[in-house]
Amino acid sequence: MAATDTVSTDRTPPSRGFGATERIQRARRAEAAFVGLGIVVTSVGAVTLMALLGGLLSDGWARLTPEFFGNFPSRRATQAGILAAWVGSLLVVLVCAFVAVPVGVAAGVYLEEYARRNWITDVIEINVNNLAGVPSIVYGLLALGVLVYGLGLGQSVATAGLTLALLILPIVIVATRESVRAVPYSIREAAYGVGATKWQVTSHHVLPYASPGISTGVIIGLSRALGETAPLVMIGALSFIAFLPTPPVRDSFPYISFQWLLDPFTVMPIQMFNWVSRPDPAFQANAAAAGLVLLVMTLAMNGFAIWFRIRMRSKIKW
Amino acid sequence: MSNRSIAAGALIALAVAGLAPVQALAQSTIKVDGSSTVFPITEAVAEEFQKANRGVRVTVGISGTGGGFKKFCRGETDLSNASRPILKSEIDDCAKAGVQYIEIPVAFDALTVAVNPKNTWVSAITIAELKKMWEPAAKGTVMKWKDVKAGWPDQPLKLYGAGADSGTFDYFTEAVTGKAKASRSDFTASEDDNVLVTGIENDRNALGFIPYAYFQPHAAKMKALAIDEGKGKGAVSPSEKTVVDGTYSPLSRPLFVYINVKALDRAEVRNFLDFYLKSQALIKEVKYVALPDQAYAIARERIAKKTVGTAFGGHPEVGLPILELLKREPKV
Repeated sequence: MAATDTVSTDRTPPSRGFGATERIQRARRAEAAFVGLGIVVTSVGAVTLMALLGGLLSDGWARLTPEFFGNFPSRRATQAGILAAWVGSLLVVLVCAFVAVPVGVAAGVYLEEYARRNWITDVIEINVNNLAGVPSIVYGLLALGVLVYGLGLGQSVATAGLTLALLILPIVIVATRESVRAVPYSIREAAYGVGATKWQVTSHHVLPYASPGISTGVIIGLSRALGETAPLVMIGALSFIAFLPTPPVRDSFPYISFQWLLDPFTVMPIQMFNWVSRPDPAFQANAAAAGLVLLVMTLAMNGFAIWFRIRMRSKIKW
Repeated sequence: MSNRSIAAGALIALAVAGLAPVQALAQSTIKVDGSSTVFPITEAVAEEFQKANRGVRVTVGISGTGGGFKKFCRGETDLSNASRPILKSEIDDCAKAGVQYIEIPVAFDALTVAVNPKNTWVSAITIAELKKMWEPAAKGTVMKWKDVKAGWPDQPLKLYGAGADSGTFDYFTEAVTGKAKASRSDFTASEDDNVLVTGIENDRNALGFIPYAYFQPHAAKMKALAIDEGKGKGAVSPSEKTVVDGTYSPLSRPLFVYINVKALDRAEVRNFLDFYLKSQALIKEVKYVALPDQAYAIARERIAKKTVGTAFGGHPEVGLPILELLKREPKV
């Protein structure tokens, strides 16, 4: 981006007497300096990510065998795997999405399209924005009090999913509001003009047009949930789990089972945390390999978000 | 629309039906929580037990000895790992909630005082010197090695130790300063022993205490100090032999598992404990010292007779020889 900007300003302006050339040259130098600074600053992020990936690859690559994905954790570093962790992560993110998406999108649409401008709305708005900045461990405390003990859900998949749903709710709400706001007002007016109700306008026009933005926000939120550790440690998820949750299908009536929601679990970042804190240095390689898998999962989700947004945008014509 | 609401209704009905038999199924999970020091042992036992008994689930959590007892005395866990005996306040909590427990020692650990290998001035240390370093009064006054003993260098003294929630901290302070939890507060404290290991490995002026299981894999990069109890027996280095014969005193300590008596009604818990008490090989594999066979026989007897209570009366004790420990009758 920065490079093309310099090209566009590279045209020599007409000379305006003595001193002007000097001023122009000074301005050009400042321009070049900023471009240089910009490149350095931008590359800090990229270089860090590369270094991180490189470090994890060199430490953990050898451990990335099929068995690593199919084995339960073990006291022997070479036999330990992430089966319980990745299945747990998947289920927890599933529960999280199942709760956070409907609630967050509905709240965002309501605030943007329906809510009257009064002090209650203002309070809610300030609250939502503040919640986005609350440290994640505080959500862990809340979950420990309300979900683990208050509702008696214990250290279960449901508790973890709900906790992370609370955590990403502000992200989903804010993303929804921004995308809904970005839909041109003329579209709403056209729909109202042919006699649509507010709900018809929202569900037929506003939501479909806003959906690329909303889904991007949702996926970014979910990838954050995927990597979150602190609130889950808080609810007591730091444990050795060498089994999978109950399968959701059963061979007798009612054929589906939600027992897995109440099963104990472990997730990828917690498995990493556990391995890092072990006495045997061989576990550090496992932690690196698990970190690599987690990083790839997160990057894949973010990549999917970008691809999805571009695809959806190209379909919208207004 | 009505079709959709029927479908939604059916889904909710199924969800309720799916959740209904939860209680019956949840019974097969054996829940263990507590000390991070005992964790490697129980984890190894749980791993092997689950391989031998498909369908039984064992979860082993890490929330520290104190944190583990909090959950245990609320009846949330079946077993509690502990790196020190149950304390008076925890006995009261358990009594209040009606939780009766059986105390069984499962292994020994040697609390290891370690320094950096580049530390040339000390290879043995007395308990009195350790006390001078760690007692609450040392805060702000004993800041250099020479403040501990004349002749030691004029270098900053960097201390590393377990955090206040851990039984390791309780035991070390009891053994060294004479009172559990009484310690200076200006040291690097971490519940994660690897943080302490890294700290000691990278700092020439460091001294820290860690469980032997954490010292052993790093033995090449750290130096374990011999401990002189000050009773004229000289300094003794930590090893399996000195722990078993009781000469590495007072820093060798028993590790415990507490059992909720109610959990013994379940066959899988009884099987798990039976398996646990035959796991001497596993205990050695994870770098802890197994108790003599007699100890496991006594533990089995306690479980069979459901002998509840603790042999310690809620007061921390240090430097207890194994045989002494076994002779004690638990009291409620």
